[in-house]
Amino acid sequence: MGGNSEQFVRFVNVQKSYDGETLVVKNFNIDIAAGEFLTMLGPSGSGKTTCLMMLAGFETATHGEIILDGQSINNVAPHKRDIGMVFQNYALFPHMTVAENLAFPLRVRKIPQAEIDAKVKRALEMVRLGNFGNRRPAQLSGGQQQRVAVARALVFEPKLVLMDEPLGALDKNLREEMQYEIKHLHEHLGITMVYVTHDQSEALTMSNRIAVFEDGIVQQLATPDQLYEKPENAFVAGFIGENNRLAGRIKSIGGETCSVELDGGAGVVEALKVNVDGLDSPTTLSIRPERIVIEPEDPAYPNRCQARVEELIYLGDHIRARMTVSGNSNFITKVPNTQRHTPLKEGEIVNIGWATEDCRALDA
Amino acid sequence: MTQAQIAAGTADDVGLVPRTGTNSGVTTADGTPLKVSLRRALRRQRLWAMLLVAPLLVFILVTFIVPVFNMALRGVENPQIHDIMPKTTAALGDWDGNGLPDEPVFAALVEDLKSGYKSKEIGKVATRLNYEVQGMRSAIMGSARQAARIKSGPYKDAMIDIDAVWGEPATWRVIKRESAPYTLSYLLAALDMGYDDDGSIVMQPESQRVYVPLFTRTLVMSATVTLFCILLGYPVAYLLANLPLRTSNLLMILVLLPFWTSLLVRTTTWIVLLQSQGVVNDLLVWLHLIDDEGRIQMIFNKTGTLVAMTHILLPFMILPLYSVMKTVPPSYMRAARSLGANPLVAFWRVYVPQTVNGIGAGSLLVFILSIGYFITPALVGGQSGQMISNMIAYHMQKSLNWGLAGALGVLLLALVLVLYSIYNKLIGIDKIKMG
Repeated sequence: MGGNSEQFVRFVNVQKSYDGETLVVKNFNIDIAAGEFLTMLGPSGSGKTTCLMMLAGFETATHGEIILDGQSINNVAPHKRDIGMVFQNYALFPHMTVAENLAFPLRVRKIPQAEIDAKVKRALEMVRLGNFGNRRPAQLSGGQQQRVAVARALVFEPKLVLMDEPLGALDKNLREEMQYEIKHLHEHLGITMVYVTHDQSEALTMSNRIAVFEDGIVQQLATPDQLYEKPENAFVAGFIGENNRLAGRIKSIGGETCSVELDGGAGVVEALKVNVDGLDSPTTLSIRPERIVIEPEDPAYPNRCQARVEELIYLGDHIRARMTVSGNSNFITKVPNTQRHTPLKEGEIVNIGWATEDCRALDA
Repeated sequence: MTQAQIAAGTADDVGLVPRTGTNSGVTTADGTPLKVSLRRALRRQRLWAMLLVAPLLVFILVTFIVPVFNMALRGVENPQIHDIMPKTTAALGDWDGNGLPDEPVFAALVEDLKSGYKSKEIGKVATRLNYEVQGMRSAIMGSARQAARIKSGPYKDAMIDIDAVWGEPATWRVIKRESAPYTLSYLLAALDMGYDDDGSIVMQPESQRVYVPLFTRTLVMSATVTLFCILLGYPVAYLLANLPLRTSNLLMILVLLPFWTSLLVRTTTWIVLLQSQGVVNDLLVWLHLIDDEGRIQMIFNKTGTLVAMTHILLPFMILPLYSVMKTVPPSYMRAARSLGANPLVAFWRVYVPQTVNGIGAGSLLVFILSIGYFITPALVGGQSGQMISNMIAYHMQKSLNWGLAGALGVLLLALVLVLYSIYNKLIGIDKIKMG
């Protein structure tokens, strides 16, 4: 068939309800390009896994259409979709050896035994488990099981691979290692991957694009850097990376920017106009902790504020300072541990500042 | 004690060297060896644990272990001739088994018969010998009655005059053999074997075999019941494990409902349903599937036993299956399907192997229970649906041949143990999950 390669996977107005009263997925539209690594990111219950399950065929869409490679797959049974999938707990079959697990998708496709053996061997080498073919899954470590699960989802050469929080059960170091491994496999094989996770750093590390889910709606679909630098609403700003929020009201709007009077009485600041309603409407300002400068001398920082240092946490490469700014006592700044950094003391009042471009006025 | 000594003591203890002395090894602050004070500390706990299980232990010992042991013993005990005819027993000690015994043996026989007749114990001997040789009962009783009148010898001819049976060497060989305090003859009889005239062990002629065919039937019926239970129970257990909690709870109550109904009620219900004037036959006649003369005999035969037993034992299959299926994550089936297996292949190659433990546990439970089943075959089995336990009950209650009942019981127990060990070899008893 072959559809448009920019629209390898398409969700068109997809809705899903389990009980006929509430929508778990409200109106999902997305085009996934061939070869793309797309991550669906969101807290639990946001509808991301449901979308993945609909794509895999384990859930049916209540409304809308799911198109794979130009063909609607709404009524195609899961085993006929030719989509590889890695599950949260790997779902390796415990009664089969690693090699038998890998051979399973090939065997059900009635591929000749010699070819199966060759493919299984190649897949095991791909995930660097060449000598583990005769082991049972229970005899492998978590990371090895994970690699087997990935190899099994790839061994029958699907064009699309789905991953449902596959690294959730691993410890931190292994998780990071596996992130790179999966990313490199993706680059190497050039297949399309749809990945579901609630871990934002995982999403940022691996993805070409990220769809941030909340409450059954995609809040923002963008590349990792855009998502971090240019969040479009307060939820995305808060969910991706660390973020300081200041509540305020719009005083004036001019071009790209707007003036906001802070609710805490700390004065008026300039912010990028991103997602605001109009004059006098409430807004949330979003500023990243690492973009805040302490005691700015440079006049390029028109936004200045007084802040009271509440708590200092020494983290080696930087010092994390919790401050009270405009009534918000959870205002975090990161002070890089450079030679010339300003020494702070708990309880002292300092001036802080930030650039207008780093301060985004979002929905309240 | 210095640090070095303490360290040395620790090293020894790690090496599990048994210690008896009190002045070596690790000690507590006041100098008592650590092991001694540890034992003292644990003694109280152990005593408590013992006290808690003691009532049940005593109960099981008195009502289960002792009776089972006693019954098993009856399968080999053989006190009748040994105790009631002690003189004959002693006199036969030197007899070589060829030809007829000599005069002293006959004299002893007459004396034993006289005293046995007087104490009215001789009937036991008569019954006992009748198990070995048909017709011995009346021979012994008659001889005992008439032996009372014999005043003096020679006894040999007098006895042979009373009953020709005393003139046959075979009779004496049987008496000598069964005068031992323990016997194999019950066990042999339970296996349809016996002694021939020369005293060697042979199988009974085909037409007289009772117990081996009955054991075979019991095994075949139990296997069939187990198979039916798997076939009927598996889908139910699957539903139970995979339905939403509310629905599965309701279903579970339905599965357990038979447990709350009397076994007798359940069994007799099957009589109501399956008898030739019963509900099922009436329905079939009404539907014109069979005519009134062609009513199907579904009860008081093997069919009845199979149906009723399957029904009664089904929960014992469903519950272990359910508990195993509950632990199989649904992602396995999904994984299999995403890998390209159609639902049937995914079920057969991925789901079923995960539940083998449950099938094994349920089968073992159902099979062992049905091997010893009694009430149901007794009520609905008729002639062809009887099982080995019905025969044991018959010998306990009707024929009063407790020795044979005991021997059959021992064989049944041995059979169960053999099956159990085969299961243990094949699947492993530690893999059983009951919930």
